[in-house]
Parts: sequence; structure tokens; C-alpha cells
Amino acid sequence: MSHVETMIPPQPAPPGTVRPFTAQRLIGNIALGVWLAASVGLFLLMVDGWDPEKFAKYGPSFLSGLGVTLGIVGSSITLGAILSLPIAFARMSKNKILGWAAYTYVYFFRGTPLIAQLFLVYYGLGSFRPQMEAIGLWWFFRDAWNCALLAFTLNTAAYQAEILRGAIQSVPRGQTEGAAALGLPPRVAFFKVILPQALIVALRPYGNEIILMIKGSAIVAIVTVFDLMGETRRAFSRTFDYQMYVWAAILYLIMVEILRNLWAWLEDRITRHLKR
Amino acid sequence: MSGLFAALSSAVAWLGSVIDPLCGPIGIFRLFGSGTLLACGNAGWGDEISYGFMITATLAIATLPVGLFVGFFIALAKQSEEKSLRLASNIYTTIFRGLPELLTLFIVYYGLQILVQQFLASLGYQGAVEINAFVAGMIALGVVFSAYCSEVLLSAFKAIPRGQYEAGDALGFHRGKTMRLIILPQLVRIALPGLGNLWMALLKDTALVSVIGLPDILRQTGVAARVSKQAFEFFAVACLLFLILAMLSSIVFSALERWTKRSEAVR
Repeated sequence: MSHVETMIPPQPAPPGTVRPFTAQRLIGNIALGVWLAASVGLFLLMVDGWDPEKFAKYGPSFLSGLGVTLGIVGSSITLGAILSLPIAFARMSKNKILGWAAYTYVYFFRGTPLIAQLFLVYYGLGSFRPQMEAIGLWWFFRDAWNCALLAFTLNTAAYQAEILRGAIQSVPRGQTEGAAALGLPPRVAFFKVILPQALIVALRPYGNEIILMIKGSAIVAIVTVFDLMGETRRAFSRTFDYQMYVWAAILYLIMVEILRNLWAWLEDRITRHLKR
Repeated sequence: MSGLFAALSSAVAWLGSVIDPLCGPIGIFRLFGSGTLLACGNAGWGDEISYGFMITATLAIATLPVGLFVGFFIALAKQSEEKSLRLASNIYTTIFRGLPELLTLFIVYYGLQILVQQFLASLGYQGAVEINAFVAGMIALGVVFSAYCSEVLLSAFKAIPRGQYEAGDALGFHRGKTMRLIILPQLVRIALPGLGNLWMALLKDTALVSVIGLPDILRQTGVAARVSKQAFEFFAVACLLFLILAMLSSIVFSALERWTKRSEAVR
């Protein structure tokens, strides 16, 4: 019978695995270094050019610009959502003419740049001043803000109609048939069975659309609406101070990031019954 | 250097005048626009708008390869095992997907101008520096495009099963060959619809470059609208031209999609 006679002498812990210094790591460190240098550079630029007088003068106008941006995006998204309902249903209807008209509308507004649509409304419709005055609509088209609201609403309605249509059509047919088998009237089936499932699918594209509108709304600065971008351009043209653009960039990034995180949280919450 | 540019631009101009779809020998404006505001030559705005059409198309086509190239490597960086590389590329996409395209354009345009000016001043050159609007537009749009493109390519990469890489290893391919022969053909097939959407967005974003003075469709029609006081007609023409570009590219993309799917098993 054999047994252990000597204990294995205590040994030092094995050396930790050394991560090799790969080319990837080198590139990654260089890239991070570039970002760090850029942010430090921007920070120094802002410290260097810091001027309390400028801050006091242009700070409030930046805030009011932020308000204008949020106002125009919020109202055009809301109005667009209302307008998108009939368009989406026309697009899905069996009536050929209705479907074709809705398709043309959507194709036009998704196929042309938002800025061209804005010019078409602001300068284009603005050139029909006598006719507008005759039918009493001139007060609306006189104001650049209203024109921007109109163009944005029409544009986002086209995008939202496509989102809504895609979401509704993504709900399997069996759901409609199941509701019919239970004897639910079509209206109830739509609102209680189809729409809730469709909205889960539509949530993420809706978030993307709002972000696109926030970013797209910067172009109203070109038609003399003083939103965040407009205030930035005004401040830059008066001071020739580059950090105005940096401030605007920071504000836009904060807006978009807040919305993105809010949407991620919302999606997490709404789909919690689907988690395993 | 400038002689080379001049020769290149004159060659391009000659080629453009021959195949010009709007004001060329068999252009739309030449055939149907004579006598109207859209006539070619000095009688109307046809040739100016046709020049803008070329600029818009050229800008978009020139930006596409740059954006695709950068976007591909950013997508690779995003799925690397190296933490710092992932972080750096995520910062890139967060910034350039979050900023409005117009603001990116201004930041690039004025920022480059200031940088070049300071660089030249340190070399002893004192004078105004003007950055080419086309180059600034290409950089800004390319950066935005590459940020979005990396996301599309990343999700396409994730859709390719690990077994494909392992098959490459089993065949004894090195990494580059696996990527080229096995992964890329599938990647293109998966990513093409997403890339098509991005191309449409790029095409529409080129209109923003008119703001920094590049004579594209929108700027040329805008000038025509201001001079002729018929804003609605000219901006409608601009919208129609963008629609034509969108239609052409959707035809091209559906052909491309069919071509990439030619080797897929018929179900």
C-alpha cells in the first residue's frame, strides 16, 4: 500500500497571462489618443476663448434656440402622426386610386431632400403672394416658422405612414383570424389585438424618426428661423468664434443621446413580457 | 499640380457635355425645354441646372467609396476583442450619428479653414485660405455616411454564423483570405438593402452642400428662382431631379441585389 509521504512544496502562483501587444491594441490606443487629444484641444480652445461677456450675451439666445428646435420638432412630429394615419390606411386600402395617391405622396416626400421641400414651401408658395392674400392664407405663409412646420409635418407624415404600415403588416394574419374566430368586431380587433402588437414593432423606427427630425430641423436656420442652429450661425457671424459651433454640437449630442437612452428604456419596458 | 487638375477638369467637362442627360445632344431640356425657362444656353437656366445635377451626382458618387471604406474598418473595429478599439469606434459613431449633417458640414468647413490657416501661418504664410466646398462636403458627408455604414455592416457581420469563419480556418485560409473569399460575398448580400437606404440618405444630404456654396442642383435652381422670380417652378424642378436620381438608384440597387443573389439556392 502506498501513501503520500511528502507534501508537494508550496509554489508561487502561476504568472498571469500576459496580453500580447497586438497591432489592434496599438491602433486602438492611437485612436483613443486621437480622441483624447481632440477633446483636450477643444477644451483648451474653449478655455482660451472663454469670455463671460459672450456667454452672458449669447447663452440665453442659445437656450431660446433650443426651445425653438424642440417646439418645431415636437409639433411637427405630433401633427405628422395625426396626418400619417389616413395616409397609412390609404396605402393599405384595396382601392387602387387611393393606394396609388398615397404611394405617390410617400414616394415624393421620401425621395426628395427635406431642404428642397422646405424651399418649395417657403420660397415656392411664398411667390404666390397675391393668390394667397386673396384666399386669406397669407398670414400663415408669411412666417418662416409656419412654413417650416408645414414642410416638416408633410415630410414626417410620409415617413411615419410607412413606419405604421410596415408595423401593422408585420402582425401575422393569424392574429386577425384569431380575433375573428373569437367573434370580435373588426374595430375592436384592430384596436385591441393588432395595434398593440404593431406599436411594439413601430417603437424603434419612431424613435429613429424623431432623432432624424431633430437633426433635420437644423436646416430651418437657412430660412431665417432662429432655432439652435440659427442662433449658432448668428453668434458665429458676429464673433467669428469657432467655439459657438462646439457648443451647438454639444447641445445637439445631449438631445439625441437623451432621446436614444429614453427610447432604449421604453423599449425594454414595453417588451418585458417577451423576455425569457 | 494645378495643371493636372485643370487638364482633369477639362477632360471631365468634355465627357460630361457629351453624356449630359439634361443639356447634352439628346438631353431632356434640349429636346423639350427650348423656348421655356429651362432652355439650354443663354436663353434659359437649363445648362446651369444640368451642371448642378452633375455636381450633385458626382459628389454622391465620390463620397460613396470613401464612406464605405472607412465604414468597413470601423465595423471591424467595433467587433474587435480590443477594448480601446471598440471604445474609440463607438465614440466616432455616437458623435457623427448624433450631430445634424448641416452642423457637421459647418464644423468641417470652418474647422478645416481655421486649421489650415493656422498651419500655414506657422509656416509664415499670411493670407486668407478658402477650403474647396466640394472637398469639405465630401469629408462631412463621408464621415456621416461611414458612421451609419459601420452600423449596417456590423449587424451584417453578426448575421454571418461563426461556422463560416471556422470553415475558413478548416480550409487553411489565413484571415485575409477568409474575409475576402467567404465573409465578404455574404456580407454584401446581407448588407445591400441597408446600404441602399444609406445611399438614398446620402443623395438627399448632398443638397445641404448648397449652403456652403457648392453649385449643386439646389443652389443652381435657387439662383434661377431668385433671378426669374418663379420660385415654385424651379424648386419643383429641383425636387423632380432628386426624384429622378432616387428612381435611377433604386433601379441600380435592385439589379445589384439580383446580381448578388444569383448564387443563392433557389427555394
